[in-house]
Amino acid sequence: MSDAVFGNRAPVGAPMSRVDGRLKVTGAARYTAEIPIEGVHHAVIVGSTAANARILDIDTSIAEGMPGVVKVLTHRNAPKLPAQVGKPPASRVLTLLQDDVVHYNGQPVAVVVADTLERATDAAHRVTATYDAREPLTDIRHAGRKEYRPESANKEADSASGDAAAALSHAEERISREYTTPIENHNPIEPHATIAVWEGDQLTVYDTTQYVVGVRNTIAKTFGLPADNVRVVSRFIGGGFGTKGSTWSHVPLAVLAARETGKPVKLVLTRRQMFGSTGARAQTEQRVTLGARRDGTLVAIRHESVSYTSRYEDYLEPAAVITRSLYACPNIETTHRLVQLDLGTPTFQRAPGEATGSFALECAMDELAERLGMDPLELRLKNYAERDPESGKPFSSKSLRECYRVAAERFGWARRKATPGAMQDGDIAIGYGMATATYPTNRSKASASVTLTSDGRGGIDAVVQTASQDIGTGTYTVMTQLAADALGLPVERVRMELGDTRLPPSPSSGGSQTAASTGSAVEAVCREACVRMAADGATDPASMAAWLSRQPGRTLTVRAESKAGKGDDDYAKHAFGAVFVEVRVDRALGEIRVPRIVGAYAAGRILNAKTALSQLIGGVVWGVGMALEEKTLVDPRTARYMNANLEEYHVPVNADIGALDLQFIAEDDPHVNPIGVKGIGEIGITGVPAAIAGAVYDATRIRVRELPITLDKLIMGGGSAD
Amino acid sequence: MPVTLRINGRPVTLDVEPRVTLLDALREQALLTATKKGCDHGQCGACTIHVDGRRQLACLILAVMLAEREITTLEGLAAGDELHPMQAAFIEHDGFQCGYCTPGQIMSAVALLNEPCGDSDDDVKECMSGNLCRCGAYPGIVAAVQQVRRAGAR
Ligand code: FES
Ligand code: FES
Repeated sequence: MSDAVFGNRAPVGAPMSRVDGRLKVTGAARYTAEIPIEGVHHAVIVGSTAANARILDIDTSIAEGMPGVVKVLTHRNAPKLPAQVGKPPASRVLTLLQDDVVHYNGQPVAVVVADTLERATDAAHRVTATYDAREPLTDIRHAGRKEYRPESANKEADSASGDAAAALSHAEERISREYTTPIENHNPIEPHATIAVWEGDQLTVYDTTQYVVGVRNTIAKTFGLPADNVRVVSRFIGGGFGTKGSTWSHVPLAVLAARETGKPVKLVLTRRQMFGSTGARAQTEQRVTLGARRDGTLVAIRHESVSYTSRYEDYLEPAAVITRSLYACPNIETTHRLVQLDLGTPTFQRAPGEATGSFALECAMDELAERLGMDPLELRLKNYAERDPESGKPFSSKSLRECYRVAAERFGWARRKATPGAMQDGDIAIGYGMATATYPTNRSKASASVTLTSDGRGGIDAVVQTASQDIGTGTYTVMTQLAADALGLPVERVRMELGDTRLPPSPSSGGSQTAASTGSAVEAVCREACVRMAADGATDPASMAAWLSRQPGRTLTVRAESKAGKGDDDYAKHAFGAVFVEVRVDRALGEIRVPRIVGAYAAGRILNAKTALSQLIGGVVWGVGMALEEKTLVDPRTARYMNANLEEYHVPVNADIGALDLQFIAEDDPHVNPIGVKGIGEIGITGVPAAIAGAVYDATRIRVRELPITLDKLIMGGGSAD
Repeated sequence: MPVTLRINGRPVTLDVEPRVTLLDALREQALLTATKKGCDHGQCGACTIHVDGRRQLACLILAVMLAEREITTLEGLAAGDELHPMQAAFIEHDGFQCGYCTPGQIMSAVALLNEPCGDSDDDVKECMSGNLCRCGAYPGIVAAVQQVRRAGAR
């Protein structure tokens, strides 16, 4: 390789700064609502003020007469759309002004279109509706609740290996505890936004989404259009965390408003509207029962989870799924049940299932350790799973022991006192806690193309294309690195294009699967291009450039698809980690601070040390929020979200985050996928709430089993002091 | 009504209703979209700009209130192609992921250089806590701010 010609390569793994960094720090990156469109009109949604209701009357007359208003759509005048097809939750059941039924508070009941945002907003406030509302159900904990096992949902509801009931009845030690987690809203800082532009029967939708292909398919189906007539563009996305993984009602409503007015229409949800119609993490109630021998060997685990869904679609928060694979145990039983509430359908949120489930399971492990008089880390090591307990398959790789060792050492876990409440600093009680982190490695079919062009001076430019997304995870950057590496080009000569359905299809940016899926496709297509040139003897950059200059247009384009193949099922695939936290609790005020968190994670090959670390940090920050701050409050009388704003819905601020010492453990995994990576976007949140809960107990002897752990639960006895 | 604002050193004349916020005037009319809208209620900091050199929230100001005042948005921070040291430090320390809170973070961070903020990381965290980052890029943000402060930039 002649580096003199091709410059320095940034090898995969290097802590390269983001290729889109400059665009983001200068404001040149245009997010959806910022795409300039000539003559764009603004649509504003009117949300219902009732749930479990029917619309008796809706008065749009004042709004319609206001300056600048061109259309007010309600269920009375909105055109009927083809019946919804497709299977939830990939394509959601939407509320598109098709009838007078109101399921949840905030459900769209009208859409106002005007020439300016202020005029549309003002007119939207003048639309009045009256409802016949019945009392809503807003909390899964209510008398006489009707639980059911969903027939078809996003995950298998139940699992059983061995005989948990029998093993529990004979267990030497047994604990059974209930844990709850609240509704949590994703709250990306960029609100959902859509711009719809019709040109004849051709439609362009700019949308802030984790899945451009998904939006295209949903819109095409909803409007009965051939998929080719719909183009969806999403080049910069201001965070998603799961809420932008589905196409929610406002997207087709924007398209409808544009069609009905003949204008390009922009629709941006307000922060309040981000609560209700765009999903949330479901409230859960989880009972974990553990049976063990006195030496700590688990003989049975039962994990029963109840979560809510809406009245019109089953979404299952897969909280107990983590229990199927985390610890070695011959008898494991898990169940999930749903309860219908009068709320919008919940959805995936960063580590759906693993975040909520690891709180319950890992807290229960702590409680069992205490019962046995064991160190919590020792109990986990005692039950280390060498093979996947669920499938019996070997792990493609598992370096959890090393994670425990490294993180425990850096944290100073050996200094932990066996008795809770033993560490004090004046009025401050200090506690240590730990937990296991894990997240499965997913992969979906993906495709990509590469176009190589000779610059006529012995150099090569590459353009790599795929309809993937960069939601802040660094897709632009790591794909550039992967392509540069596979092609033997310097990163400056590679341009990455994504976020457009005109490019080769890629899966959603969800389930931490982008690197494994789209990355494998990008690498495959670049290798394929090299193979084609090598067939003619062009195997080094100079001869490749010469070969390209002889091609028509001095260019070569290759497109390829990549998906899991034969033998890929032979292994269980998960990333693992260990997280240790210190908390400091003010004994008079109950205020909880988290001065430091130490974590070690093993996730296969790391494509970019800098952006990968940021993903871990982001996940851990979410863990702190989930542990101590986040909870969506619903008024039980009206099912209205009471803290639908960023002041009263608390997310971590800068001052909430102490020192984070997070690192990756080197892990070479030849089995997991062609490029040896595991997803890292979600593992960071897992384990953190349990580790914090354990540390709070260690500091205060108060076991809080109900998230979030707010100070009232410490000073007013919301927890239990056992 | 017409109003002339001085934005990034240049006069910009807009025709706005009195109820139009500076944030919407910038984004929807001046097409200066670096300044972000996260909440529209003064709760997230994404719309942070400078008015006469001090940080302010553009969603809480009406455009017509700012005639004669010097408004700086993120677009006005770099000197031509050369990034402000804070912008470069944000890239270097990966002080963002999605980048949506970033304009507000950087405008806050640059204003902070001229504020009586203590030296420690904890002081910086406190002074930067009006800017939410849901991606959780806080450690990188603190590192970037401290690097620029230690280099003595303004
Ligand atoms: S948009 Fe102004 S503070 Fe959030
Ligand atoms: S970088 Fe995404 S919100 Fe801060």
